[in-house]
Amino acid sequence: MWSGRQGRLRPVGCVVEELRCRRREREAALRKARREQQLISKRLLRDDASEEAEGGCVAMILGETEIQHFLRLAQQGTEEKERERALVSLRRGLQHPETQQTFIWLEGSMRTLVGLLTSNQALLQLEAARCLHELSHSEQSAVAEACLPATSYLLTYLSGHSSDFISPHLTVLEALGYALSQLLQVKEAPEMIIPSVLGSTLPEHILRLLQPGPKLNLGVAVEFAWCLHYIICSQVDNTLLISHGGLSTLGLLLLDMAGAVQRTEDTGLELLACPVLRCLSNLLTEAAMEVVGGQNQLEDERVVAALFILLQFFLQKQPSLLPEGLWFLNNLTANSPSFCTSLLSMDLIEPLLQLLPVSNVVSILVLTVLCNVAEKGPAYCQRLWPGPLLSCLIGTLAFPDIEVVGQSLELLQLLFLYQPEAAKDFLQQSGLQVLERHQEEAQLQDRVHALQQTALHQ
Amino acid sequence: MQLPPALHSRLAGGPGAAEPLPVERDPAAGAPPFRFAARRVRFPREHEFFEDGDVLRHLYLQDVLTQVTEAPERPRVPEFTCQVAGCCQVFDSLEDYEHHYHTLHRNVCSFCRRAFPSVHLLDVHILEWHDSLFQILSERQDMYQCLVEGCAEKFKTSKDRKDHLVRCHLYPADFRFDKPKKSRGPATPGAAVRASAEAPRDDGEQSGGDAMEVCSEHAASLPEPVGERRTSSHRSVPGILLRQVVSVCFVRRMLGWALGSSLPERRELECWLQQELRARPVLFLSSHFVSCARPVLGPEAQEGKAPSLPLHRGLNWDGRNVGCRCRSYDLLICFSIANCVLIGLNLFSSLILGRTQDRRKEIANKCKPIRR
Repeated sequence: MWSGRQGRLRPVGCVVEELRCRRREREAALRKARREQQLISKRLLRDDASEEAEGGCVAMILGETEIQHFLRLAQQGTEEKERERALVSLRRGLQHPETQQTFIWLEGSMRTLVGLLTSNQALLQLEAARCLHELSHSEQSAVAEACLPATSYLLTYLSGHSSDFISPHLTVLEALGYALSQLLQVKEAPEMIIPSVLGSTLPEHILRLLQPGPKLNLGVAVEFAWCLHYIICSQVDNTLLISHGGLSTLGLLLLDMAGAVQRTEDTGLELLACPVLRCLSNLLTEAAMEVVGGQNQLEDERVVAALFILLQFFLQKQPSLLPEGLWFLNNLTANSPSFCTSLLSMDLIEPLLQLLPVSNVVSILVLTVLCNVAEKGPAYCQRLWPGPLLSCLIGTLAFPDIEVVGQSLELLQLLFLYQPEAAKDFLQQSGLQVLERHQEEAQLQDRVHALQQTALHQ
Repeated sequence: MQLPPALHSRLAGGPGAAEPLPVERDPAAGAPPFRFAARRVRFPREHEFFEDGDVLRHLYLQDVLTQVTEAPERPRVPEFTCQVAGCCQVFDSLEDYEHHYHTLHRNVCSFCRRAFPSVHLLDVHILEWHDSLFQILSERQDMYQCLVEGCAEKFKTSKDRKDHLVRCHLYPADFRFDKPKKSRGPATPGAAVRASAEAPRDDGEQSGGDAMEVCSEHAASLPEPVGERRTSSHRSVPGILLRQVVSVCFVRRMLGWALGSSLPERRELECWLQQELRARPVLFLSSHFVSCARPVLGPEAQEGKAPSLPLHRGLNWDGRNVGCRCRSYDLLICFSIANCVLIGLNLFSSLILGRTQDRRKEIANKCKPIRR
């Protein structure tokens, strides 16, 4: 199931540096695109091999007449081969932006293409799909928008074609999942697409495809996990997903992933862990979760164990995902004495503290989780101190970031409140001197002062 | 990051929740100037918190990262062709073939050869187009069901349903819905998705001839069930021979068997039959039904050879069409007394054989692909 990643050739020597450089550039471009809310990645599957085999004719820009000619041939040709070839020629032409423009402005062209896509002839369908694929990959928004008429059919196929969801054909499933994930990302998705998706049998299928077990395929699961994430973070009707057992499925998947991480190196699991953690975290915020002891709760403390195994994995392989894991931990512990107790009883405070130096965002989240535990009262604080926590806290007080210091102050207050002896220890560890550094800081002054008072009056 | 060793065994253990320590809050906690309150946090899609994870996702999509998994090595088999009449796709793996079959041949209407993406749409199509009771019932009650699975709405007319699909399910107005049924007309494109490829001329109306273009691409259509009012002549498409199937060999055998020794001049009967066939070029032979008839008839039919009539040589003799184990076979309605006689014999023989099958369901594609 969790087959090892057979990556591309791993080049040696200086080529590695080149790849790293390229990757950094790509990453920067993606970040920029995301900030401008233009992050759309498409998978372009040009079958270059087959094109070369066909004698490598250069793709030409097609004019109106030629496009019409090809479309007519494809539609009404008598010989199947002839029709196919017409579509192939059209597809090649569509590699050019000019042809794409001409195509979309030609009346009835998209309808014809969609008609071919939904025809009886498998090879024609495939070629029509490839044409649509070229079009959908266009950088020009007008062209991509022109592909919208195909979406109803796609949805009909997806929701009615349940046999494909139980298809053994993994590539098809992965492609379906990817296509759906793209659909779900459009601006109109929350109003128009997600309600119909939720109203269909799709959610059940998606959850079934995410169930751990021998049939789970990583590529397929990744695509559908992202689909689920886009649905959930749009906040349309998450209660429905909870009622379908979304929490328990995802929870079990998390356990499974943690198990896999322990067994195999380098599986690409972070690609799946990211959307799964996001789904879980967002689902936990639903009002349905406030009902204590409700049917679809997440209460299994193994989830916490799994999370920490994944956090360790992230620390080694993908530190940028640590915040997402800790976000999940926050949502687990915020309103749950049980999970806070689990953290304590499973000795996870120290591992948590080891994450403090990673980054400011991580520090804040770690401190927030610790605050979640501490605010539950004396029984909890007694397990936090005596212990390594206090000296770490004094360390974070010395961080240059104001928010990190601010969160440290909050934790200190709770500790002093529920475990007064900690204040004495604080003084002994020269905590006051560290506090004094922030006396002049506007955002921190009041709290620093209050803590100084508390510590001195013990 | 050092994890306690017991953690791994806890993961492997059974489900359970920790018995929570007692909670006891002091009102001073988080009171001004402090501000902490434990709360769950949710992030909307575009939140910057998701930036790193999104970038990771897109790097993967853009193929900068190495592939997640390679397609597992699929067992290859010697090349074989799809056995459905008229389909000539070649495969070298069972997985591919299964997908192909599911996509294109599983939900095919046997009356008009239209393929549908799902069983649901096929059932709706058969009900609305090939069930003679439908029209009658629809005059009294709302019979046109919404095409979206899970929506229980029904409507008086096809147009009402279309309006509903456009209004409530946001289908585009030029979505390919049912075209109005022409009385005795050809089976025009049925439900929703399966569209015939004549869009540029499509202005909402449908020309019967065009509709058949896609249908007749598939080879031998199954014959109409006996007793249907609809005749077969409506299927004429310019330039394409009507393919109407009768198992003459079977008929021959059945004649012999049913009539038995009461007809001493069997040879004479056979000659007569051959004469009839020559006179009526619309009858063709198909080995398909011969092979179907084989298990029904027993050893006598093992010959299985088509009679050597001159007619069949000019035809699309589809010798490969042996995939389907469908037991149904029916005679074509053709306008001759001889055929009425044959029909009568067919019915008689069915009774004799004791096979009272639900023809409609049976024809409606419960055929399983033959595994090789």
